[in-house]
Amino acid sequence: MQQEFDYPRVYLYRRVVQAKLFIDNHYADKIDLDNIADEAYFSKFHFIRLFKSVYGKTPHQYLKAVRIEKAKQLLKAGKTVSDACFLVGFDSLSSFSGLFRRMVGQPASAYAEAHQEQQQQIAHKPLAFVPGCYAYQHGWLENSNFEETDR
Amino acid sequence: MITRMTVTNIHVIDQDSAYDFYINKLGFTLVDDIPMGPETRWLTVSPPEQPDLQLVLFPVKVSKMFPKETAEALIALIRQGVFGCGVLTCNDIFATYEELKAKGVEFIKPPTKEFYGTEALFKDDSGNYFSLQPLNNFSHENGV
Repeated sequence: MQQEFDYPRVYLYRRVVQAKLFIDNHYADKIDLDNIADEAYFSKFHFIRLFKSVYGKTPHQYLKAVRIEKAKQLLKAGKTVSDACFLVGFDSLSSFSGLFRRMVGQPASAYAEAHQEQQQQIAHKPLAFVPGCYAYQHGWLENSNFEETDR
Repeated sequence: MITRMTVTNIHVIDQDSAYDFYINKLGFTLVDDIPMGPETRWLTVSPPEQPDLQLVLFPVKVSKMFPKETAEALIALIRQGVFGCGVLTCNDIFATYEELKAKGVEFIKPPTKEFYGTEALFKDDSGNYFSLQPLNNFSHENGV
């Protein structure tokens, strides 16, 4: 049975974690970060400082990072850039595109295109993406042309 | 000269369940999920800040690699919690503990002060266990 125990400032940790999980679960909604601080019974300043000390980002920065990460997943799943933008909670395509480019290092459309290309390569030749030693041990090389050589 | 570890295995009993545990609970990043036949997939994940280390969620089932007796013995040992799979580090062990606990991760030991620093132990969905430690446990000042 899991044992309960206390450590210093346990209630503060629990509230900051609850706020983080709230963002994880509601990133696509219009989240009012002031309300999160209120619900955690913190002053806004105190809440932001604690959140940043635990997660390395302010709640606002963290929300943006979660939205961009989810957008990457949607683009990989084949959604269009504008669908991805609105599905993760952005109101403006231009602000989404600018933020995506800054955080990911390439435009959302280029990111989607590169991933689709890779998916096609994986579908065409899946064993090229698996270390040969694993493929051999699993017996995946049998009935494949993976070992073909010019000899 | 060996330079880096790039791929390592975590033997799991069910790949679907392991996917949910490592991605949705631990927050690892999916690297590859490639079907390799009707019941097998090449499934690898990485710790969020370590994209160049792939953990293979390696299914233990009767196959070319695991004859029936071997698979059954290995599954029994994994379920018993015999295998420790390493140390996972985090910035804040108390916050990470609270978050994982809220997501239903089973802890064998809550964050506890040991002579080498603060440590918690938790199990994955198969029964493998990990040590969770804050990054500063590994500083030279702690003598580790």
